[in-house]
Amino acid sequence: MSLIYFDNNATTGVLPEVFEAMAPYFTDKYGNASSMHHFGGGNKKAIELARVNVADLINASAAELVFTSGGTEADSSAIYSALRFYPNKKHIITSAVEHPAVLEVFKKLGKEGYKVDFIGVDGDGRFNMEQYKAVLDKDTALVSVMWANSETGTIFPIKDICALAHEAGALFHTDAVQAVGKIDVDVKLAGADMLSCSSHKINGPKGIGALYIRQGLRFFPFMVGGHQERLRRAGTENVPAIVGFGEAARIAKETLFLYEDKVRVLRDNLENGLLKEIPDCRINGDRENRLPNTSNISFGYVEGESILMMLDEYNICASSGSACTSGSLEPSHVLMAMGVPFQFAHGSIRFSLGKFNTEAEVEQVIKVLPPIIKRLREISPFHGEKRACAARQ
Amino acid sequence: MWDYTDKVMDHFKNPRNVGEIKDADGTGQVGSLICGDALKLTIKVNKETEVIEDVKFQTFGCASAIASSSILTEMVKGKTLSEALKITNRDIAEALGSLPEEKMHCSVMGMEALDAAIKSYKQGGAPVIFEQEPGTNIVCHCFNVSEQAIIQAIHNNNLKTVEDVTHFTKAGGACGKCKEEIGRILSKVLSCEVPSAPKAEEKKPYSEMTIVEKIKAVEEVLNNDIKPKLNLDGGSVELTDINGNIVTVKLLGMCGGCMNAAATLKGFVEKTLRDKISKDIEVKQA
Repeated sequence: MSLIYFDNNATTGVLPEVFEAMAPYFTDKYGNASSMHHFGGGNKKAIELARVNVADLINASAAELVFTSGGTEADSSAIYSALRFYPNKKHIITSAVEHPAVLEVFKKLGKEGYKVDFIGVDGDGRFNMEQYKAVLDKDTALVSVMWANSETGTIFPIKDICALAHEAGALFHTDAVQAVGKIDVDVKLAGADMLSCSSHKINGPKGIGALYIRQGLRFFPFMVGGHQERLRRAGTENVPAIVGFGEAARIAKETLFLYEDKVRVLRDNLENGLLKEIPDCRINGDRENRLPNTSNISFGYVEGESILMMLDEYNICASSGSACTSGSLEPSHVLMAMGVPFQFAHGSIRFSLGKFNTEAEVEQVIKVLPPIIKRLREISPFHGEKRACAARQ
Repeated sequence: MWDYTDKVMDHFKNPRNVGEIKDADGTGQVGSLICGDALKLTIKVNKETEVIEDVKFQTFGCASAIASSSILTEMVKGKTLSEALKITNRDIAEALGSLPEEKMHCSVMGMEALDAAIKSYKQGGAPVIFEQEPGTNIVCHCFNVSEQAIIQAIHNNNLKTVEDVTHFTKAGGACGKCKEEIGRILSKVLSCEVPSAPKAEEKKPYSEMTIVEKIKAVEEVLNNDIKPKLNLDGGSVELTDINGNIVTVKLLGMCGGCMNAAATLKGFVEKTLRDKISKDIEVKQA
């Protein structure tokens, strides 16, 4: 039974050509890019080529990119730099549905004395602009709002959110980890001051990411030490990972059209097929404005972990916003912020497709999932009650 | 990915006794859609022998919740009510091989549903929803967990930390506001379990002790507080005589020939005995 991988928002596999590009930098070209000899110093060229490729993917210039250890470091670096940029401003804004890499930092800053506003979303996961406008003021140092949501795929109006932040005199950062490589991300068009992205979501290696810092914006480094990355991120460059990220970014840009032409079609087929076959389910997220690869479906009256374990029997990989899968006891904060009822939140499954998925794989999921849901509903006490209610009516 | 045992996976994939007994003698329910797991247990009881002749379950929840419910039905079938009431969550977890710590509350849910079903039978068969006794102190409002339930889980499972309590009862697992109170309950229960007899006894002043009591008291401090430290340096100490406040000892091993023997004797042995027993003690070398 071959693997059906529908969990591309969690991570992706490294492409063979990316791996090949990286390989020499482990064993042969292991020199330190900061060295004066050409054996090490020569690697500087490889790093700069990678920087151009990553910058191209988001329409930035290479000098505006700093390599980091990943999306999380890029997020923390951006947030803490913005706070030092405006040391006297004590108000910061984010959304209630951010990735923990942003959300937890904001919660921590809240405990440390910052006034923090978490902007809510509506039932379809859309950003609450009115609430946002109402809390923005001249004391706001930073607005950090994600480009696209990892769980539902909902895309936020980053350009508008950014423009309002700038009007109020605040800096704007966006965590674009899920958007980059899946949709057109143009940082200039958006106007963002800082943007985080990550390699392992676009078929590059793990452990490498980048922070875009708008030219001319004063940046306060998070990691201090050596003079690497033009004094903006200390630490010996992870040359193989940077090279891999660059190659992955180059390929991502070339093949971006596949997300609209192929992945969106597969995702829609999967979604429509499941909705047709399975009663009592709902799509979570803004269907008009979503990443083309993400489908978050709630199957009422059953629990997400059980569904995933049953899918695992068929070698099908997905993820869930249920409480049980995370080891925490509450369902996903994103679904809770959207006000998804509990009977649906616990039974949510996220399918996130990639460029390499096929129609046959979609058909296989549409074939095996309905009986799984049916079986679990037979075991569930609530579904029986629901049937009884329906019969009485 | 949870590290589930084969037994858990077997009962998850092939759950036994699924469904609802139509003319059940007892129906117990626990949990809710909000909590993310729920269990409904129906039992058929032989009125004369009080043996549970049939049992069926319906569960909304994760793999371990379904497996816990399934194995519970196997465990209670054929047992008398009083035997069944003795089943603890620990028994359920053990029957499954083991459960991940974070999933122990699934086994607690099984025990609670069984209690509710038996209560339902005894009350004439009307369904009983497991709930805390009226008037009990609800500690965790997110998951509706009472102080009594927390104390029981601590006792049954030998829990030591707030995290343990959350794994077993869910209390504190959502907003986390009750964690402090769980900590207080935990320290209260744990401090009760420590044998309290020696603490309660008033210590007799050294001057009023009989010679045997003095020897015992000094030996105890020598053994517990002094010898282990001297052993680290390859030395030891031995009590040779007690005369009133004067304690005579012999330094052994490396300590015996050590140039710092006098300092060890006064600075460490005497000081420790003075701190632990009486400030009047004077130590001399044999």
